[in-house]
Amino acid sequence: MLVGDRGKYLGIIMGLTFASLLITQQSSIFTGLMTRTYGSITDLSQPDIWVMDPKVLFIDDIKPLQDTELFRVRGIEGVEWAVPLYKGLLKARLEDGNFQICNVLGLDDATLIGGPPEMVQGSLSDLRRQDAIIVNDVGAKTRLIKRPKEGGGKPVPLQIGDILEINDHRTIVVGICRVSRTFQSQPVIYTTYTRAISIAPRERKQLSFVLVKAREGENPTALCERIKKSTGLAAYTAQEFKDLTYNYYMKYTGIPINFGIAVMLGFLIGTAIAGQTFYNFTLENLRYFGTLKAMGATNGILLRMILLQALMVGALGYGLGVGGASLFGYLFRGTELSFRLTRDLLYLSAGAIILIIIFSALISIRKVMRLEPAIVFKA
Amino acid sequence: MSTNGRAVYCKGVTKTYVTGSTKVLALRGINLDVRLGELLMLVGPSGCGKTTLISVIAGILDHDEGECLVFQQDVRAMGQTQKTRYRGANIGFVFQAYNLIPTLTVMENVAVPLLILGRPRAEAHSRAKEMLVRVGLEDKLNVFPGELSGGQQQRVAIARALVHSPRLIVCDEPTSALDADTGRIIMEVLRQTALSADRSLIIVTHDNRIFNFADRIARMDDGRIVLVEPQVAHS
Repeated sequence: MLVGDRGKYLGIIMGLTFASLLITQQSSIFTGLMTRTYGSITDLSQPDIWVMDPKVLFIDDIKPLQDTELFRVRGIEGVEWAVPLYKGLLKARLEDGNFQICNVLGLDDATLIGGPPEMVQGSLSDLRRQDAIIVNDVGAKTRLIKRPKEGGGKPVPLQIGDILEINDHRTIVVGICRVSRTFQSQPVIYTTYTRAISIAPRERKQLSFVLVKAREGENPTALCERIKKSTGLAAYTAQEFKDLTYNYYMKYTGIPINFGIAVMLGFLIGTAIAGQTFYNFTLENLRYFGTLKAMGATNGILLRMILLQALMVGALGYGLGVGGASLFGYLFRGTELSFRLTRDLLYLSAGAIILIIIFSALISIRKVMRLEPAIVFKA
Repeated sequence: MSTNGRAVYCKGVTKTYVTGSTKVLALRGINLDVRLGELLMLVGPSGCGKTTLISVIAGILDHDEGECLVFQQDVRAMGQTQKTRYRGANIGFVFQAYNLIPTLTVMENVAVPLLILGRPRAEAHSRAKEMLVRVGLEDKLNVFPGELSGGQQQRVAIARALVHSPRLIVCDEPTSALDADTGRIIMEVLRQTALSADRSLIIVTHDNRIFNFADRIARMDDGRIVLVEPQVAHS
């Protein structure tokens, strides 16, 4: 019956598509954004454990340690190796005179542990050259792009061999790498630990993190506990540190509320459109529902009929909405936009659509269940 | 009292509609028999209770007092689901406004009562096709009701009312929306296809042009049967 009423059929599908699209798309952007908050942790795949000041709340909340903490950690039973990591936000001076804040990572000089997950040009070992830095490709092409000092000419991406002045120190680009996008989307610069602390403003403590590898067969969680007990520092497994960072953004920023509102709006609008259209459809077809009842259709049959129609439009709307959201994500891949469509989000969107169609069907079912078949004799 | 040979037996049937503090006595003690194989017309002025009476007989409305047996069964005593199933198996309906589902084809519309009874789709369609041939619509199987004339739609409704071989057909003003010629054709179709020795027809009508198709005419006024008269001259 519903399929035959083209206007209402398409109206309900559009309402559900809109709801599914908005819920899926906004949740995917939210997930993408939240994934970026711990992008730096994801990129550093070698260490099992991150050791830091106990007051650190998230990855960019740097509370430096004394260098001696590194040796204390190295001395703990179950530690395979422990290396220093500098992480800080430093100003780079661009050719056109502008400044750009960069996320600078200083890697252990000897091992270069913590380097970028993928090199696009050059080699990680080139960091051992004098004043060497490696810049991420997105940063090189966007925020660190070389703009002509005076009008005319096209901007040129930062390349190997280019000089970059960081905090009044001369550095030279020896490689281009690819890293996960970070929350602030600042350029990411890799260098050695020693060079990083020589570039960074002088402070009494400069060690940001100690990266630890657990000995084979050692339980990282148990090792974390041992490190905490021995040093008084905080020690987290990589996943725990991601969770800490994720929870910080969830708790202390307005991001979840903003996206939550958008998702809720999609849900409410979808419910309103689908619910009202479905109910109107039922009202307009009461005569036929009455006819079916008079002809022997039980409430059970009519219930199944309404639910089947609701499920059908729900499945179509969900498919179109999720398809639209996926297309959106595909079209904006590789851009500043964060988009991460996970299986859980597909379930979330499906759950929301099921709720909408159940609500829409219920208000109609109530009307049909109470319908007196005697309505059929009213002209 | 024996009810053998009767499709419907009503004695002292009353029905009152209550709306707020207003009470309307729609049926005031109806006594009526409908015999097997009979076409009975219920006639009378608007608001006299004709529609209420056929609603009670067809089991879609419960009367307040009295006795109403349909094929010796007290439908009022049945539970709601049992009553609905009873209607589905034993009663066929023809409505003034046809009430064909506009989004289903003619054949699908006719197959609906069989599908409600749980018959397989193929069997239902095959039987629907047979019925449509009987009412002369074999060339309209796959068209939608909106593409048919009023007379054709009413013939589809008759096919739908008969497809599951009910024992009682209840028709509410089946010709009042049709012109005289079409109305006569519809009545001929009804008599030829619907009426048989073990099936009865009750037709509610205002249309005096079709009175001569009845076996008996029951005249109603103010909730009562005032006269039941035989009619002999069938067209």
